[in-house]
Amino acid sequence: MFEKTIAELINDLTHKTVSSVELTEAFLHRINHSDAEYNSFITVTTEQAMQQARQADQRLARGDGESLTGIPLAHKDIFCTKGIKTTCASKMLDNFIAPYDATVIEKFNQAGAVTLGKTNMDEFAMGSSNETSFYGPVKNPWGKNHVPGGSSGGSAAAVAALLAPGATGTDTGGSIRQPAALCNLTGIKPTYGRVSRWGMIAFASSLDQGGVMTRTAEDAAILLNVMAGFDSKDSTSINQPVDDYRANLNNDLTGLRIGLPKEFFDEKLDNQMASKIQDAIKVYQQAGAEIVDIELPHSALSVPAYYVIAPAECSSNLSRYDGVRFGYRCENPIDLEDLYKRSRGEAFGAEVKRRIMIGTYALSAGYYDAYYLKAQKVRQLISNDFKAAFEKCDVIMGPTTPDTAFELGEKSQDPVTMYLSDIYTIAVNLAGLPAMSIPAGFVNDMPVGLQIIGNYFDESRLLNVAHQYQQITDWHQQTPAGIC
Amino acid sequence: MSLQPNEIEKIAHLARLAISETDKSVYAENLSSILDLVEQMNAVNTADIVPLAHPLNEPQRLRDDVTSETDQRELLQENSPTVEKGLFLVPKVLE
Repeated sequence: MFEKTIAELINDLTHKTVSSVELTEAFLHRINHSDAEYNSFITVTTEQAMQQARQADQRLARGDGESLTGIPLAHKDIFCTKGIKTTCASKMLDNFIAPYDATVIEKFNQAGAVTLGKTNMDEFAMGSSNETSFYGPVKNPWGKNHVPGGSSGGSAAAVAALLAPGATGTDTGGSIRQPAALCNLTGIKPTYGRVSRWGMIAFASSLDQGGVMTRTAEDAAILLNVMAGFDSKDSTSINQPVDDYRANLNNDLTGLRIGLPKEFFDEKLDNQMASKIQDAIKVYQQAGAEIVDIELPHSALSVPAYYVIAPAECSSNLSRYDGVRFGYRCENPIDLEDLYKRSRGEAFGAEVKRRIMIGTYALSAGYYDAYYLKAQKVRQLISNDFKAAFEKCDVIMGPTTPDTAFELGEKSQDPVTMYLSDIYTIAVNLAGLPAMSIPAGFVNDMPVGLQIIGNYFDESRLLNVAHQYQQITDWHQQTPAGIC
Repeated sequence: MSLQPNEIEKIAHLARLAISETDKSVYAENLSSILDLVEQMNAVNTADIVPLAHPLNEPQRLRDDVTSETDQRELLQENSPTVEKGLFLVPKVLE
């Protein structure tokens, strides 16, 4: 049962071969039994889950189920869940009970999904290894000395260890795609503005975008159809109709133009990784796709520009944590300034402090033009590169990461080395494009992700391209050894 | 770019972050190496480039100025560390 896809579970629930209560109990039991090994959940919402499951079964019995009625899912602890602790993996929000549901959560509730719990993540989504969490690192089910990636590392580990059939994530610089790649999952980051950011705790508002992590592209299509859509409560939400993402999954790939940027296959890419990506591209060629050589000449500048823009936005967004209205408050402050400084100093972890300080510096008087304005101009160049590339191709392919999962502690002492693990994912966020990572094989028994980047609002095509690969290959069906 | 511990003190003050003496030199080293990375941007001339703030160049959407929220003061104040009679409490700011 745990290896079934969401599409299969929907079918089982509809045909009443299993009930939502049975399904939910089984997943909760599995989480309680084995999550100590992975640390993928911060909060398990047993009571609420069982209540939702009972309601789902009543709806199914009446025959008025919605698209996900009775399906258990896990949500990244960055999405506000009414009446449930929502921490963003920070000591700052360790005691925060969200007073409302994020739009994404509201949509999943309306669709009848069951919330199993809230997953671990890097603190405020700042990290690429899930090691910056206040609640401790998450272990990769494919190698427990290895990181699951980040920041949506708990969601990735939970789905990979079959503790949930699917999970939500958010992606500011690769935080869905990189953990999906390192944990052998399918992950999609939609176009900026496609999924509402309302109630999704803000890190870098011009880059943050919610998405999903599943075991198949078809499941990602099912979940994205629930999540996506205009929301008047998010001022950057885009008012454009949502495609039926399952409608085009079976389209033929003959004539699909795949752009290969030479910058994604340079010396930074591990040789064994490169050969796995080339193998995946050959599969597409055999399916009728054409290869087009393209250039993304400014892609090397994406990490430098990102580490101005994201920290600048983070320093502004995180100024709301003041020890007064909600969140952590220091003991016995001597005055207001002491209250602010010690509450923030004691409750934010080192990586969050680094980024707040970089952002504060970049936005401070005299430095704005040299850093923030310069970074926004570089962002324009990166965006223009993609626009030119999409004149020649339908999708862009390359690796999601330069290497497979690294070991816990390997990069945590050196922030810049850690930042460079997102070298292939960050440009996509700067341009606001949709992109996926799908399983494409293994190097030394650790998963390799193929990244597929699409044009604006072309999620439907991305899912089609991913789904077709999953009809030919079975990498996505592999599960880690040693999970029971 | 090399930041000194006294500059970290200034930045930490602007960001209202308490940083211990011993951590200042660590942050000075970390932030300096991040700024070295950031300065790779200077390799490209951007003189005539329009800065990009929103990935889709969408203008800020406005809404009519009508009440859309109900009063949830008590619920929202439940998360505050110190509330009295509906007011958030802070250390004395006026002598």
